Amino acid sequence: MVTVRLKVNGVAHEGRCEPRKLLVDFIREDLGLTGTHVGCEHGICGACTITFNGEAARSCIMLAVQADGAELATVEGLMRDGKLHPLQEAFREHHGLQCGFCTPGMLMTALDFLRTNPSPSDREIREGISAVLCRCTGYQGIVNAVRAAAPILASER
Amino acid sequence: MKPPKFEYHAPTSLDEALAALGRYGGDAKVLAGGQSLMPLLNFRLARPAALVDLNRIASLAYIREENGQVRFGAMTRQRTIEFSPVVAQRVPLLKEATRWVGHLPIRTRGTIGGSIAHADPSAEYPAVLAALDGEVVARGAKGERVIRAADLFQTYLTTNLASDEILTEVRLPAMPAGAGYALEEFARRHGDFAIVGIAAMVVREGQRCKLARLATAGAGPVPVRLRAAEEILERQGLGEAAIEAAARKATELVDPDADIHASADYRRHLTGVLTKRALTRAIGVARG
Repeated sequence: MVTVRLKVNGVAHEGRCEPRKLLVDFIREDLGLTGTHVGCEHGICGACTITFNGEAARSCIMLAVQADGAELATVEGLMRDGKLHPLQEAFREHHGLQCGFCTPGMLMTALDFLRTNPSPSDREIREGISAVLCRCTGYQGIVNAVRAAAPILASER
Repeated sequence: MKPPKFEYHAPTSLDEALAALGRYGGDAKVLAGGQSLMPLLNFRLARPAALVDLNRIASLAYIREENGQVRFGAMTRQRTIEFSPVVAQRVPLLKEATRWVGHLPIRTRGTIGGSIAHADPSAEYPAVLAALDGEVVARGAKGERVIRAADLFQTYLTTNLASDEILTEVRLPAMPAGAGYALEEFARRHGDFAIVGIAAMVVREGQRCKLARLATAGAGPVPVRLRAAEEILERQGLGEAAIEAAARKATELVDPDADIHASADYRRHLTGVLTKRALTRAIGVARG
């Protein structure tokens, strides 16, 4: 067993687990943060995407022990003062989700994408979110949401 | 699925990592970015006795220019390479290739050393290493050695790194000033592994082609340098007829296998089509 100390959404946590425990399972089972979803478990679908020290990463192909000392953000950390994050607001406004399964991964991926590309073209948005599979929306609503959120996030920087 | 049990080591120095690796006599796997190894563990296709995780060895992540080469610490993330001004200036072919490596959340973790040591023949970085005639540095108990791209890749997912060696550095010769370059790739979805990819570089001298470089991804068990096609350009120049001839020659130089993604014939056909596209674009870049 190994001890894992980390910060998630600004809150310090500590847990003990086997070295083989996947980070996504640690987040869900040990920390009780079930907003991050487990899809394919082999780094294809992107549902488990979080940010790891500020960068989007897939938590199903990382070990919990690797996150010892790291700062993570999950979808639960997006809301501010009881209000949706502007990116979440844009997803709601532009019909960027239906069943919601891929949404946490979409949001965390889009967040890092817009951080590094604050005013993307539609082609770049499509390339950016190609990391996450959605089986409901046909992606158009998601592209619209990311496009709409871009200037709002850029102005907050 | 979930990974099988393993012992886990997270050394903070290369010497500790080599010592840990040596203790398992080939039963341990080196964990770099984990973007290929972790899925293999989750599927239980890999069942190593131990993992030696390099992620806490800070000295293995750097980009520096030395001896006309750009040298990358093995743990340099693909995302770092994507935004590196040194890479953009000295080895722009690598920057272009990086756009095709997986997706954003894969590149934040994936490393140049991991991608090359994993030796997936469909991956972009091995093709760039082959095209630019780069080399890698391997450290083992017996010391350090330098391995040229042509000697490194043996077959699918297999390099000539020994089980007690760690790839520590990747060296790419800086591209000549004014070199044209392009990476063309066909995949079902952007970010998937290439069905076929072609990395190209050309150096012009007036209408002459001073130097041509072509290498494949996905067209055989290892990246293939298309030397005979390069020679056509170096002999005949960079006109349309020479490009056509080089592309035709490229299809003769590869020996692709069939799999669920594509037949061997289709891969051979793509090799010609993408060689032509890559050369055309590279020449355009060289014209400035």
